[in-house]
Amino acid sequence: MATEPRGAQSHPYIPNSEPSVQRGMLQEIGADSIDDFFECIPNDLRLNAPLRMPEPICSEAALKRRFEDTASKNRSVNKVISFLGGGCWHHYVPASCDEINGRSEFLTAYAGDPYEDHGRFQALFEYESMMAELLEMDVVNVPTYDGAQAAGTALRMASRITGRKKVLVPELMGADRLKVISTYLHPQIDVVTVKSARRTLTLDMDDLRSKLDGSVAAVFFENPAFLGVIEPNGEKISDAAHSVGAMSVVWADPSSLGVLKPPSKYGADIACGDIQPLGIHMYFGGGRGGYIASSDEERFVMEYPSRLFGIAPTSHGEWGFGDVAWERTSFAKRESAKEFVGTSAALWGITAGVYLATMGPQGMADLGTGIMLRSSYLSREMSKIPGVEIATGSPFFKEFPVTFEGRRVKEINKALMERGIYGGHDLSPDYPSLGNAALYCVNEMMTRADMDALTSALSEIMRGQGGMCS
Amino acid sequence: MSFEMGRRNLDKKYREYHQARWDEPIIFDLSQKGERGILLPEAEPEVAAAGLPELGSMARENPPKLPEMSQMRVLRHYMHLSQENIGADETVDIGQGTCTMKYSPKINDRLAGLPDFADVHPRQDESTVQGSLEIMYRTEQMLKAISGMDRFCLHPGGGSQAILAIATVVREWVDSQGLSDEKDEIITTIFSHPSNPACAALKGFKLITIYPGPDGRPDPDAMRAAVSSRTAALFITNPEDVGIYNSSIKEFTKLVHDAGGLCSYDQANANALLGITRAREADFDLCFFNIHKTFSSPHGCGGPGSGVVGVREHLVRFLPAPLVGFDEAAGRYYLDYDSPSKTVRLKDFYGVLPAIIRGCAWMLSLGPDWLREVSRVAVLNNNYMFKKITAMRGVDAPYAEGEFRMEQVRYSLRKLKEETGIGAAEFINRMFDYGMHLWSSHEPWIVPEPFTVEPTESYSKAELDEYLSVLERVIGECYETPEVVRQAPHKSAIHHVDHDILDDPERWAITWRAYQRKYKGYFEPR
Repeated sequence: MATEPRGAQSHPYIPNSEPSVQRGMLQEIGADSIDDFFECIPNDLRLNAPLRMPEPICSEAALKRRFEDTASKNRSVNKVISFLGGGCWHHYVPASCDEINGRSEFLTAYAGDPYEDHGRFQALFEYESMMAELLEMDVVNVPTYDGAQAAGTALRMASRITGRKKVLVPELMGADRLKVISTYLHPQIDVVTVKSARRTLTLDMDDLRSKLDGSVAAVFFENPAFLGVIEPNGEKISDAAHSVGAMSVVWADPSSLGVLKPPSKYGADIACGDIQPLGIHMYFGGGRGGYIASSDEERFVMEYPSRLFGIAPTSHGEWGFGDVAWERTSFAKRESAKEFVGTSAALWGITAGVYLATMGPQGMADLGTGIMLRSSYLSREMSKIPGVEIATGSPFFKEFPVTFEGRRVKEINKALMERGIYGGHDLSPDYPSLGNAALYCVNEMMTRADMDALTSALSEIMRGQGGMCS
Repeated sequence: MSFEMGRRNLDKKYREYHQARWDEPIIFDLSQKGERGILLPEAEPEVAAAGLPELGSMARENPPKLPEMSQMRVLRHYMHLSQENIGADETVDIGQGTCTMKYSPKINDRLAGLPDFADVHPRQDESTVQGSLEIMYRTEQMLKAISGMDRFCLHPGGGSQAILAIATVVREWVDSQGLSDEKDEIITTIFSHPSNPACAALKGFKLITIYPGPDGRPDPDAMRAAVSSRTAALFITNPEDVGIYNSSIKEFTKLVHDAGGLCSYDQANANALLGITRAREADFDLCFFNIHKTFSSPHGCGGPGSGVVGVREHLVRFLPAPLVGFDEAAGRYYLDYDSPSKTVRLKDFYGVLPAIIRGCAWMLSLGPDWLREVSRVAVLNNNYMFKKITAMRGVDAPYAEGEFRMEQVRYSLRKLKEETGIGAAEFINRMFDYGMHLWSSHEPWIVPEPFTVEPTESYSKAELDEYLSVLERVIGECYETPEVVRQAPHKSAIHHVDHDILDDPERWAITWRAYQRKYKGYFEPR
């Protein structure tokens, strides 16, 4: 074994690194040295050299300085005007959300029983309940990892309920989301894409009908879609699915649901999506949580792999809580379980609950309205720029695709960045059929000046000469 | 055994604890029509003049029935709930064995929350996210040193999703060789986390489960019998949940390799092994770590976590893209879409950055020697607890008699149950009356009436002694005043929950909406 740590000092995170304490403990155990405990490890498996990694940054002050330096190599969206969206969105995070998810009683808790962790159970039951009101559905899970995982699970649930092994999804859905779903459903379930109508970018109903038959477990669509478009035919799609015994599974952005109809109102059997817009910072795409919702029928509930916290009476007439139908989970059933469950995104569920309670019905309506007014304004102003075209005739929410005639998005975004603007997400690699297209996204914080800064910069860039033709 | 309320008896090491009890209403009952929690920036008149799109039938008809609350009212509600919850910061949280409940340094929370980390969009130009990429790259380099693996994917949002990633890599590897029909079995052990068999089954594999032999280690004969040309992979933990190191692990990996399979090492909990022994030397092809366990990121009531997957070179091309690369010539970090798979994805974007930042800071604040000391002290603390707990009445630790343990031990209250009628389920409720958490264990209960203690490196001897004194006191109560134990908890925010309704589709209520449909008042059926 390698040498003892340098010096006799103890480390602040390791109280019993103090040598005299160790000696006392060893004596009580009846061991000569800590090495005795590792004798079970064969010699050829032991690491006899120090780990090849940096020497420690011993002081907290130096550590802080180092990380602040590293962080400063990022240029966050707070320092620019950003029009990036596409599955992760820069919304305002109320201070109360950070305050509550930073409470150490929540932050550092894990898996206590309903007695010890009554607060966690109640907060997550309330999260489920507030999401249920937003979605007008009676069952919502404790969040899974992210929306993409939620979509994958929703589709596996539909497959188990129907006993069928094929799902239909839109070809213009989120490209990475589609990869997650396909990966997650492989090898038991096939994923088949449905075309989108060229001008509206909504689902092509004829193509959908031609692919629907008794082998289809579910039709999945997004609303608003990845490209921001609001799907007007939700009810028709659900009806078409139901007519062949398939399920309707709808992805919905919760930030839209103050103004848009929830999926349950146009026939969705299962709704899913990401709760990142609800008070969770973006963290470079690392702040995510997935919701799944359905009606309160046993045939649905028993197919959830997730934790489901339910309300229950106590011996003293208090509100109590606990796990609903625990026996369906992989904790109880291992390989015979419904998929699997583990540590995923509970704290973000609590955070999203704080967000929804803080916003209330009026806040969610204001959020949706404020976003739509801004996207209307921005799209109108952008469409006035020669060579710039809004690439859909459909109404949209929060984001919309824009095409640039004779200009590559990469070049445009580079020029915008020099002006302190993050241009829209470049769609051309994943959606070549759209041409030189980018996805422009607004949020509820954007001012007219922010948006005018973009349009004036874009006008300038589009007028620019040479070197930018594709 | 009597105690006087309100006075600390300095001879006793346990505390007269009582959790906050706020009798907190369900949040919907705090709603007052018209109250607001926050106001949003209004659109300026010129912007508003652009008007709203025609939503037609897609417009929401009725506002969502969310509570209407002023800001402070919301905050106070959640403050009360937080006080009715107990985090690792508030107790000697060593009773959640296998989960490595160690100290999560506060500075690392601050660093993860820096706006320059928190408010970064994943689709920004690489030149504007060099800080985040640097953290990811450095984290990977340290994990490579600790495991001996060649490349890490940081995407998964927890240990179970890391196992899914591993099962996915195995599936892709099998399919890529056209062996889907031949290699269709995965071998695991009963003391490996339940997500190992669950994720293997999800990816279409049949499971063979190895049970322990008399020494608590996976039975080598059963292992030899299980391995065949059908073996796609071995998913195994070492030491397993019982805390006994499997000294024959290299023979296990050799058996599987000789049969043409892969070997995956579940290192969700690697707290006994940092700088001691690595996945590489035991010939594993894949492994994963939980940043929220061994590497100190807080557990957040059950996530966000981070499960990072390491593989040897020959499996890099099956990992989900993108990985993180560093261009030394240009001095720039980048997202590497070329080395990994072009089709496999498990998660949106690149990983749980707030957890990864914390793990990175934790490793950097320890360095190679102190990291090793983490494991040495975690094992020392565990053997101290082991010695003391097995001396207690009614408790034993099955298997491997006379041997030391690694970072945790699975104990049994079998004898206590025989002698007092009180088993693990009731016992743990009474522990909390003294402010201590104790968890039974993962199912199935191969060890009868189990509980698992993992003291980690984070607690002082005095704190371990405090925990021991509570254990001893509750054991004493089981023999002397069993009714007090049976009726526990007495000092929690709430009392005994009737769990029966949670398994009855007619009576369960997973949301307040469902509750109101099924009940009125206090659980009066409608």
